[in-house]
Amino acid sequence: MIKVGFYPGCSMKGGAQEYQESVTALAKVFDIELVEVPDWNCCGATAAHNMNKELSLSLPARIMALAEKEGITDIVVPCAACYNRLSLVKHELAEDPSLSSKVASIIDLKYQGTTQILNIIQFIDKYITDKLEEKVVKPFDYKSACYYGCLLVRPHSILKFDRVEDPQSMDVLVRKAGGNAIDWAFKTECCGAGLSVSRTDTVARLSGNILKDAVDREAEVVVVACPMCHSNLDMRRPEINKFLEKKIDVPVMYISQVLGLAVGIDAKTLGLNRHMTEVNLPVRPAKEPAVAAVPEKVVITQKTEA
Amino acid sequence: MSRIGVFVCHCGENISATVNCEKVAKITGELKGVEFSTDYKYMCSYPGQTLIKEAIKEHKLDGVVVAACSPRMHEPTFRKACAEAGLNPFLCEMSNIREHCSWVHPKDDLTTEKAQDLVRVMVEKVKKNKALNSIKVPVTKTALVIGGGIAGIQAALDIANCGHKVIMVERQPSIGGHMSQLSETFPTLDCSQCILTPRMVEVAQHPNITLHTYSEVESVDGFIGNFKVKIRKRSKSIDEHLCTGCGLCTTKCPQKKIPNEFERGLGFRPAIYVPFPQAVPNKPVIDREHCTYYIKGKCKICEIVCPTKAIRFDQEDEVIDVAVGAIVMATGFDVLKTDYFPEYGYGKYADVIDGLAFERLASASGPTQGEIRRPSDGKIPKKIVFVACAGSRDPAKGIEYCSKICCMYTAKHAMLYKHKVHDGIPYVFYMDIRAGGKNYEEFVRRTIVEDETQYIRGRVSTIYEKNGKLIVKGADTLMGAQPVEIEADMVVLATAGVANHGAEELAQTVHISYDPYKFFAEAHPKLKPVETNTAGIFLAGACQAPKDIPESVAAASGAAVKVAALFSNDELTRDPLVAVVNRSAPPVYSQCVGCFLCQSVCPYQAIEREEIKNRNGEVIKTLARVNEGLCQGCGTCVALCRTKAIDIHGYSNQQVYTEIMALLND
Ligand SMILES: Cc1cc2nc3c(=O)[nH]c(=O)nc-3n(C[C@H](O)[C@H](O)[C@H](O)COP(=O)(O)OP(=O)(O)OC[C@H]3O[C@@H](n4cnc5c(N)ncnc54)[C@H](O)[C@@H]3O)c2cc1C
Ligand code: SF4
Ligand code: SF4
Ligand code: SF4
Ligand code: SF4
Repeated sequence: MIKVGFYPGCSMKGGAQEYQESVTALAKVFDIELVEVPDWNCCGATAAHNMNKELSLSLPARIMALAEKEGITDIVVPCAACYNRLSLVKHELAEDPSLSSKVASIIDLKYQGTTQILNIIQFIDKYITDKLEEKVVKPFDYKSACYYGCLLVRPHSILKFDRVEDPQSMDVLVRKAGGNAIDWAFKTECCGAGLSVSRTDTVARLSGNILKDAVDREAEVVVVACPMCHSNLDMRRPEINKFLEKKIDVPVMYISQVLGLAVGIDAKTLGLNRHMTEVNLPVRPAKEPAVAAVPEKVVITQKTEA
Repeated sequence: MSRIGVFVCHCGENISATVNCEKVAKITGELKGVEFSTDYKYMCSYPGQTLIKEAIKEHKLDGVVVAACSPRMHEPTFRKACAEAGLNPFLCEMSNIREHCSWVHPKDDLTTEKAQDLVRVMVEKVKKNKALNSIKVPVTKTALVIGGGIAGIQAALDIANCGHKVIMVERQPSIGGHMSQLSETFPTLDCSQCILTPRMVEVAQHPNITLHTYSEVESVDGFIGNFKVKIRKRSKSIDEHLCTGCGLCTTKCPQKKIPNEFERGLGFRPAIYVPFPQAVPNKPVIDREHCTYYIKGKCKICEIVCPTKAIRFDQEDEVIDVAVGAIVMATGFDVLKTDYFPEYGYGKYADVIDGLAFERLASASGPTQGEIRRPSDGKIPKKIVFVACAGSRDPAKGIEYCSKICCMYTAKHAMLYKHKVHDGIPYVFYMDIRAGGKNYEEFVRRTIVEDETQYIRGRVSTIYEKNGKLIVKGADTLMGAQPVEIEADMVVLATAGVANHGAEELAQTVHISYDPYKFFAEAHPKLKPVETNTAGIFLAGACQAPKDIPESVAAASGAAVKVAALFSNDELTRDPLVAVVNRSAPPVYSQCVGCFLCQSVCPYQAIEREEIKNRNGEVIKTLARVNEGLCQGCGTCVALCRTKAIDIHGYSNQQVYTEIMALLND
């Protein structure tokens, strides 16, 4: 059993419980134990960096410092927003040693910036992808629209993860799980993010346009890697349907749930019953253990450095 | 006792803003051996040079130190001034207190002290300088032009018309470059083929021009006036003397589906092909990568049908040696690879094309005979979007600079489109319209006003296909960044102009410098725009930076004049800063022990063997000797020689040690 650090953030203890359940279950299949950073705090989310600079640096820094203290080298951060905050702060503190020591004194902990921050896909790529195909027992044979949102890939200059405008990493994983990742147009369009409560109409419009494109292209499922995207696309469905003036029932699943189904974990353990929009995928006759069409060669020529 | 003059320059404020020049002159004037010192605002100006000349005469100076800019900038200027005053020019040295001091340090006493140190070092060096005489070398009056686009063609014709021989090397099967792909050209809309092809023919027929197509430069040795060049003539698999260019073979070749590079992939060509009907030379080559015979060992249909039996399957590359006195680089540019911006869907959607492909669509000799038809289904697009600055001016994703030609060619494209599709609507997304140039702004205005092109100031964020339309999403920044969505039938990306592929390797082969974008670097951005830092090598056209045709042609003629001026001399004088193997009286003859290690390291093959014979003609010693014509003064042999038998004139070991000691003995 390998132990890897884990930062759930607030959402996974609340509305996105099924995300944590599915990540944990998936990890277990691959002999990985996720160890929560002890005494973790909120990353500051969208609020802190709009209010107070030092606070917005200190909150993530404290999480990383606690992990360092515990000897954790990799922290898996499944929420794209938390991942973004932690990575940005790590970058900013690495660039400015005096700021770094100031923050260390605020949180009253030693901070070195040595932990690796992994988003869900980086975690899977580092620990699971190699063994994924051999563990697939129920190929996820569905037309999948992988939705990346804004925070997973931006800003590229700091995160250096995937292509900004046409990311591919989740598509590759879905294909490895036997799925058919479709080409569509709204992969990185904004879902409305934190406006979910304050400007539900805006979220309905933005998320609605995303779902409409997916459905128009006959997607059977939308795959996400962020609890915020999930709640907007899933929970705001009544508002979206109203905006689109038609009922859309395409389910929204986390990438961990997709892979979980493929490796044979049952729907309940993966928390599929917790979604607002029912996950009711048609049953497909079993095919040859399909490792789906070899993904077309993806040229990643995004400039990594300025 | 020396009589040295020190001349400290202010360089306007470039030096005096941080260095106290007066003080430097005063303090260094007190050094041993310094007879005279002064400072002046512009030492390189006429009064400044006069000041030096008069001081030399008045104070009978036997050495001069000019403390100013880099010797790369003005050493020749000051050495010439000294020579005019009767002082051997190699007794004049420069101390660089600008690049090495004032420009890189703040205003501070320490900065002034550093300038004093730098001057003192040179004063000590000059004391050891010897009067030297320039070396004379002959000039080979043949020019090499690398690249046969419009710039290379213009340079070659200009030089040839001055009565000099020209060798042109072009890597494609035909000369013509990008201009041969263009439809009509801004700002006058004259047809590219009509103004270009007569010149291509002129090159082929000119008695002074030898043309090598399908060829590349493999190595360049030597120096100004005396370059030795190896040219690899790639095998065309045909005997050019026998081939009449009838083209029969090209019609019978079974390989018909090879994407045609000249048509930007919008058409196909066979394996034995002439790139385009007006090609020069108009004789085919076999593309061995795609030829059935070379792949499978069977076919040879072209050989059977060829009426003159010109096909040669066993022909090999040929490497020829040529001697030239000057080289003109004219290898042009390329357009940015479009995988820099996957959000525009180039490669994914057939109807997203780049500007060069649009040129082919609009060209009367192109795949659609000049009708604007979209690649996917051949329909005439009714709404077309042009995206300017695709990859340009975008440090995050492409290149930082402005590609300069695309605003103009985009306006031209919109105009040509409207001339051909009267009921169509052209849109242009742009950042700024950069149309500086004679009749350029007027041209763009015409596109907007007369041809009713919708110019939208803003960038395109993404392009995707939906229901057979290309959805172009962008913002209109003149309407408060309002989102815009256009359902287009076709999209044309004005992709950035970048350095040609292979430019970096070529620059290294010919030994010239290039900028971070791999464009060849000029010797001075303002005053030496067509020269490189390597004497005898000149620049023409878009190999230096994106340029339009008028600019490329102007630069080419400029480079040609430089070559002609060089060839107006029978001999060149070179600085005598070369290596020398010492000689002494018999029976020693020299410290050289004849190990010839130096010969093995000299990059320029400048070390020769000299036999010392006794009266009976018997060889008693073999010594190294430096060929002054070949030696570049690099100093490699000096570092290597175990017996310290070699030294470099002007940079002897003794001089270098003196400089170091001068610093240490402060
Ligand atoms: C879409 C588009 C539209 C344009 N429209 C216009 C217009 O309307 N009006 C206008 O004024 N300008 C226009 N231009 C600009 C014009 O194409 C250039 O100004 C012109 O082609 C530059 O000429 P050049 O000879 O310097 O380079 P090129 O045309 O690039 O020619 C370079 C030549 O060198 C050869 N070469 C390269 N490397 C080597 C090597 N290593 N060894 C041997 N040979 C080599 C190449 O094969 C080529 O033949 C346009 C450009 C584009 C992209
Ligand atoms: S031998 Fe090659 S070039 Fe000749 S016809 Fe056959 S395929 Fe074409
Ligand atoms: S010339 Fe115009 S289109 Fe081209 S990079 Fe410059 S501003 Fe952009
Ligand atoms: S290395 Fe020195 S000793 Fe040897 S041959 Fe050359 S000059 Fe003579
Ligand atoms: S200095 Fe020596 S090694 Fe360099 S070119 Fe001259 S002879 Fe050759």
